[in-house]
Amino acid sequence: MNQTTSVSDPSPVEKYRNNFLKEVEANVEEGDWVKMCMQCGVCSGSCPLGSAWAHPPQELFMMIRAGQREEVLRSESMWMCTSCYSCVVRCPRELPIMHIMHGLANYANRLGLAPKMNPTKRFAKLFWDNIAATGRVNESRLSIKLYFMNGLVSGIKTAFAMRKVGLGMLKTHRLNLIGFFRAGGIKEKNQLQQMLNKAYEIEDKRKGLS
Amino acid sequence: MSNIVATHETILVIGGGISGMTTALEAAECGKDVILIEKNPALGGRVSQLYKYFPKLCRPSCGQEINLRRIKANKRLRVLTMAEIENLTGEAGNYTATVKIHPRYVKENCTACGACARAVTAQIDDPHNYGMSKIGAAYLPNNMAYPQRYVIDPSIVGTEQGEKAKAACPVDAIDLDMQEQSMKIKCGAVVFATGWRPYDASRIEPYGYERYEDVITSVELERMMDPFGPSAGKLVRPSTGEEAKDIAFIQCAGSRDRNHLSHCSRICCMASLKQSTYLGEKYGDDEDAKATIYYIDIRTIDRFEDFERQVRQDKKVKFIKSKVASIVKHPDSGKPVLIGVDTHGYHRYENAHDLVVLAVGMQPSLDIASITHTTHGIALDSSGFIELDSANGGSANGDSENAAVNGVFGAGCASNPLDVNRSVQSATAAALRAIQVVNRVAASSSAARSQ
Ligand SMILES: Cc1cc2nc3c(=O)[nH]c(=O)nc-3n(C[C@H](O)[C@H](O)[C@H](O)COP(=O)(O)OP(=O)(O)OC[C@H]3O[C@@H](n4cnc5c(N)ncnc54)[C@H](O)[C@@H]3O)c2cc1C
Ligand code: SF4
Ligand code: SF4
Ligand code: SF4
Ligand code: SF4
Repeated sequence: MNQTTSVSDPSPVEKYRNNFLKEVEANVEEGDWVKMCMQCGVCSGSCPLGSAWAHPPQELFMMIRAGQREEVLRSESMWMCTSCYSCVVRCPRELPIMHIMHGLANYANRLGLAPKMNPTKRFAKLFWDNIAATGRVNESRLSIKLYFMNGLVSGIKTAFAMRKVGLGMLKTHRLNLIGFFRAGGIKEKNQLQQMLNKAYEIEDKRKGLS
Repeated sequence: MSNIVATHETILVIGGGISGMTTALEAAECGKDVILIEKNPALGGRVSQLYKYFPKLCRPSCGQEINLRRIKANKRLRVLTMAEIENLTGEAGNYTATVKIHPRYVKENCTACGACARAVTAQIDDPHNYGMSKIGAAYLPNNMAYPQRYVIDPSIVGTEQGEKAKAACPVDAIDLDMQEQSMKIKCGAVVFATGWRPYDASRIEPYGYERYEDVITSVELERMMDPFGPSAGKLVRPSTGEEAKDIAFIQCAGSRDRNHLSHCSRICCMASLKQSTYLGEKYGDDEDAKATIYYIDIRTIDRFEDFERQVRQDKKVKFIKSKVASIVKHPDSGKPVLIGVDTHGYHRYENAHDLVVLAVGMQPSLDIASITHTTHGIALDSSGFIELDSANGGSANGDSENAAVNGVFGAGCASNPLDVNRSVQSATAAALRAIQVVNRVAASSSAARSQ
């Protein structure tokens, strides 16, 4: 876990700082803000998810500082964030809390520690695979995949329950059924793949992931 | 009034609160000529609106009385009320202040008999009570007001009400033709004691100060406790007029918050601790009387920790470590409900209280940068408080020793959010600094004469 760069840093302040906090600062998007949290609780009290959280953002930040690496990275909590921004606009220290939530989720995923069956995670993966394949979101494929994410029977049930919405969307040209059969997407898809691969490579190198 | 004789050896003190009065008195009692200007119709500043002082829990009026006696006894100190600083130019030893005098419509021969007030029926929001109650438009600013002179509100000037007041005055003290005046004051040193104002609570949107009557500010609670205040000394829910026994205090309301004031206002923890003792005073052992203090951390500086320790022993007072996230109105009882998560265990709470007091932050009352055009500017900190900077309003003259002599100083809450004790200390220090500047002016002008 000690994979950060400051091994040679001689200052005692650096040396005795909690390692997981350092890791988060180095590897998680906006992670260097975590130390600015003053534990006031406004973010947790403002979050519409309320009691649904195992650990509200304020608590996650404290757990990071307390070095509870496993508990944080395996948590479902940061996957729950709906990006509503309530916390961000109210935080007295102007922490980009929402971005840190997504950063933590992403980092946990990269390390393979994210909870396997978390629905947000699975949807995020469907979405990513969908857009990364062609460079455009194919909405009909995405929604069908989402419906059948939990198996055939539940997929048929969901599709049936949602049929009115689906028909409405078709009528208003919000959903394109032909797209399901024709892949579409950008020109030069392979260049997109090259760019993504390069980005992965740079990120892995910077964060010391393999 | 506009031909005030002032010299380069005069000290100008701006703001007649506890700090300004202290600076002015200390300097005048050392034999210096001092002019004290105050924009309100009476001296006293914010402390005259407090019910009791921490830490001793005494009434502010007794200190005020002593100061007023000293002012009346001093021939070197001149006081101008309804006088507002508008501009300051020059350099150490040679400043010119432009001061606007608002018309009081009442002359110096007023005997404070009150006949004008009895004749007038028009009312205005009482500024002494932060507009929580009304006062007649011919009024004495407060019972202890110095000078003891009535004020006619401009809203009735030129109306029948104004004429009634004038006709009622037995000594012909009312002059409804009084005009606003502008005067220039020359002086050698300047002390800003312009104090603070409460942060505008309506800007803290989630607390609904504008939406919920039962959400008030800490300064308003002080007025509620005053027997002559808007609720005759009763703690009430403004929405119903019922007694308020279960009171919540929200700390750091507008302070320590980069969306509002980024500084800690330093006195509001002590103010809420003090105010929690008001419950015991009002309700004795009544078990329904409860104070709940919601805080990020309690900051009681140095000796005040003793006060905190005492309050923590009071069973009526409960502490919840949490900055409240928002307030909603209970659908049935109409009471304010505080929503948040506490830091000791991360529990969500939704607590209803009778009355919510926002411990609002302190900010400088005057935008000092906008009125000072001295040769050297005035150094302000990021919140607008005056720094003790050796170049403040300094002189531009070439000799190195005097190159940047500081001639402008801050005193009391114009320099920092301070309690009364520390305000008075800082005011005394400002007096000593100002005296040194005018002494130097005196020395250099007598040296010039003897050459
Ligand atoms: C809720 C609350 C409770 C408090 N309780 C206590 C307590 O119990 N004990 C304690 O020690 N402290 C207490 N304080 C702090 C106390 O109020 C301050 O220490 C004190 O008011 C500082 O006095 P001052 O003279 O510096 O400022 P002020 O009292 O603000 O006086 C400044 C004066 O300058 C005048 N002025 C402003 N602008 C101009 C201008 N442009 N031209 C001319 N004049 C101007 C104003 O009219 C005012 O009269 C409390 C504060 C709050 C918010
Ligand atoms: S609102 Fe900001 S400072 Fe307060 S607990 Fe949340 S992240 Fe920390
Ligand atoms: S942005 Fe996420 S963490 Fe913040 S309040 Fe909304 S749901 Fe909660
Ligand atoms: S203005 Fe006249 S009537 Fe009013 S209080 Fe003064 S002396 Fe009395
Ligand atoms: S004194 Fe207390 S209430 Fe006031 S800003 Fe500081 S911590 Fe907050």
